[in-house]
Amino acid sequence: MTKMIGKSVKRVEDKRFITGKGQYTDDIILPNMVYAHFVRSPYAHAKILSVDTAEALAHPGVIAVYTGADVAEVNGVPCGWQVNFKSGETMKEPKHPLLVVNKARHAGDAVAVVIAESKEAARDAVDLVEVDYEELDAVVDPKKAAEDGAPLVHEDAPNNICFDWELGNPKEEVDAAIAGSAHVTTLEFANQRVIPNAIEPRSYIGDYDVAHDKYTLYTSTQNPHLIRLLLCAFVLGIPEHKVRVVSKDVGGGFGSKIFHYAEEALVTWIAKELGRPVKWTADRSEAFLTDAHGRDHVTKAEMGFDEEGNITGLRIKTYAAMGGYLSTFAPAVPTYLHGTLLQGLYTTPKIHVDVVATFTHTCAVDAYRGAGRPEATYLLERMLDTAALEMGMDPAELRFKNFIPAFNGVDEEGYVTNVALQYDSGNYHPVLQRALEMVGYEDFRKEQAAARENGKLLGIGFSTYIEACGIAPSAVVGALGARAGLFEVSQVRVQPTGMVSVYTGAHSHGQGHETTFAQVVADKFGIPLEHVDIVHGDSDSVAFGMGTYGSRSLAVGGSALVKSIEKVIEKGTKIAAHVLEAAEDDLEFADGKWTVKGTDKSIGFGDVSLTAYVPHNYPAGLEPGLDFSSFYDPTNFTYPFGAHIAIVEVDKDTGKVSLKRFIAVDDVGNVINPMIVDGQIHGGVVQGVGQAMFEQAHYDEDGQLITGSYMDYAMPRADDIPMIETDRTTTPCPHNPLGVKGAGEAGAIGSTPAVVNAVMDALSPFGVKNLSMPLTSESVWRAMNS
Amino acid sequence: MKKQINLTVNGKAYSHEVEPRTLLVHYLRDTLRLTGTHVGCDTSSCGSCTILMDGQAVKCCSLLAVQADGANITTIEGLAENGTLHPLQEGFREEHGLQCGFCTPGMIMTAADLLSNNADPSEEEIRHALEGNFCRCTGYHNIVKSIQYAANKINKKEVVS
Repeated sequence: MTKMIGKSVKRVEDKRFITGKGQYTDDIILPNMVYAHFVRSPYAHAKILSVDTAEALAHPGVIAVYTGADVAEVNGVPCGWQVNFKSGETMKEPKHPLLVVNKARHAGDAVAVVIAESKEAARDAVDLVEVDYEELDAVVDPKKAAEDGAPLVHEDAPNNICFDWELGNPKEEVDAAIAGSAHVTTLEFANQRVIPNAIEPRSYIGDYDVAHDKYTLYTSTQNPHLIRLLLCAFVLGIPEHKVRVVSKDVGGGFGSKIFHYAEEALVTWIAKELGRPVKWTADRSEAFLTDAHGRDHVTKAEMGFDEEGNITGLRIKTYAAMGGYLSTFAPAVPTYLHGTLLQGLYTTPKIHVDVVATFTHTCAVDAYRGAGRPEATYLLERMLDTAALEMGMDPAELRFKNFIPAFNGVDEEGYVTNVALQYDSGNYHPVLQRALEMVGYEDFRKEQAAARENGKLLGIGFSTYIEACGIAPSAVVGALGARAGLFEVSQVRVQPTGMVSVYTGAHSHGQGHETTFAQVVADKFGIPLEHVDIVHGDSDSVAFGMGTYGSRSLAVGGSALVKSIEKVIEKGTKIAAHVLEAAEDDLEFADGKWTVKGTDKSIGFGDVSLTAYVPHNYPAGLEPGLDFSSFYDPTNFTYPFGAHIAIVEVDKDTGKVSLKRFIAVDDVGNVINPMIVDGQIHGGVVQGVGQAMFEQAHYDEDGQLITGSYMDYAMPRADDIPMIETDRTTTPCPHNPLGVKGAGEAGAIGSTPAVVNAVMDALSPFGVKNLSMPLTSESVWRAMNS
Repeated sequence: MKKQINLTVNGKAYSHEVEPRTLLVHYLRDTLRLTGTHVGCDTSSCGSCTILMDGQAVKCCSLLAVQADGANITTIEGLAENGTLHPLQEGFREEHGLQCGFCTPGMIMTAADLLSNNADPSEEEIRHALEGNFCRCTGYHNIVKSIQYAANKINKKEVVS
């Protein structure tokens, strides 16, 4: 049997997708189904004086209209993470109602929902719901929101502050370290708000079976079991065993489909009210207005250096937007997923980070691919390249000088940071070394100098990042405010014929678990890949799970899978020993069979499986069957890292930035399927490039989303992007059984600052040091011509 | 006032009464239940709904069903012939040209149009042809390779994976 781990196996799930047979939620039509369409506030901040539904109700095909008053007794959507103020006071956690009653708090806030026999009738009738609004002043900037006199999003959150928070060394020590530095680099910048834009819009169907008093929610979510828990225990107060949550094929998530949204709870609640299935699918305009956004930090960072270029200290103040309501994991993103990453790959001896989280009259902000770690990496890597320029040092050399020395986490301790983490294993020099070789650094510098002579602007930018993923040890995150455990669950059910059904709480919305997880099982059991079926995304099949985000599927879900595999092999060994009349210790399991060591006596996996279910000749006292579940709670985060290099050309006449090359050398630990990992890196890189060059969620001063469609929000397109040049080093994770670290977010974390640094390098002859993202032709042209 | 339309979809003749405002994509998805054609936006920007109409790639979210009266339509479900995958379908699988799969049908149909007009496109021509199709998962890298794979296969060149 060939080893399956480490092979670029073609994806099992592709057959249905390339033939149009995928089943996304909007593809489902249930008998007797009705359709929901929302009445959404056109204002960012407005009092709702009255809602008149009479005309809408009279419209042909309309069945019901629900307003905030109808659901006032239903709980709001909960937040899953509590971060306290520095003072110890609990964060401000205003209710997030399913439909607003008195006040709209962002453009797109749901005021009412129309239910009709057809999509068209529901949509028509939305225009007939008469809402009398009194428009109020709005605030959209996370820093301005905290100023005295700013319009309040929630009356019980003074200065719009949700919480303030700090981490690191005592502030005085950091102040002293920076004050005593030979050089201090200071940057003020925004990490602009972006919109995740999974190409499948969110879609939900609520269904209620009166005969069995049972609900089914079909939902485009990244974590069906967590949605069930939040829906049942916190919002609707219905028992979990009476609710099935199904999320079969999901068209991308990138974080935006982690969270529990009000529309999920509403379609479920209304399905019972009406006794008919209710479907809602967002159109793209609604997706722009209501899918949780990402980033939105306003930051001042100061980094000190000694004469040799060693980092002496780092001081950060960040304002982070929460939006109009707290989304599921929002408070964790600028704190425990951002502040904790500010050590980066460097030996910075003193670090202090201060975060103020504010409510703004905008869509909620929550985890978006990388979640906090891209913000931390952007900050650090912009500082490093800027400092190198200011000190006249080479940016690669500056990084080599400050890298944490290698440690394997096995016989060398994990690296303890100043910001509350212990890195598992790391070896940082080789990734940058390899990236420099791939780019041909010395030759590039010569080419760049020659190009400048000819009036052509080339630039190179670096980014060396670390991230924390494989989220997360439950006790650790519990101590930090998480209101959930972050373990994962697996079940390995060996069927009588030796075929294997695997049930995983991880969820694939593009990651390819049906292939990668099957490779692990086939490899460990020594059976063909076709003998393994991976089931996910249905709470009635899969016992429990915490879903997929934070690059956790393989590191946590894969580890849970290995635990169940080991239990199967252990029991199989007892059965094999009995059948072969040998001692268990005399058996070895390899290539799909148990063999008595040193003999040719063996029994295959299929025969042992059959014996477990037809237990005629069977060990006394052993239960029949071959079916095991496991929960795996990781002991630490995993810490992938890498080096990214971008090469850009800037058009002197138009300011247009062209990305000429992108090199990504990543270390994600052991790799199960290199093809899939490369694909994750490509996609992540381009999302990060998108933020650097194109994307921005722009709200005007009144809180109108100006970039509310694909005509206005610039997504990276095929002809904006070159082929991505990738390579890897491998530093295994020392604390999980597969040695894997996670690859889903790496690309998006590393790439953004590399591109911005490259543009700054190209613009260095103009004395331009800092430009806001996205680097549009206009802003670059203005910078060159001011 | 419903209107009668007669059209051929994936080689099969259909006749239906539709509302004049029914979009072609909704007719294909809801009436014919060909759900491989997806809706990703409402501004004909994302390309997830791309189909072939009389051999040409069109975004059917911005066409009315009545405009397809008399047309010959191919959707992703009709691309394979007698159970044999189209070289593009094969290419997307071989080169990992898809992750979540949502944009994939539109990508494949757009590429089918490209290859029918340009059997041996350069990387630049492929990228230009895909300008109207968004993919958020792959960074386009492997989509370009998938189309090159298909072009090579169609041109009976040696496929180097």
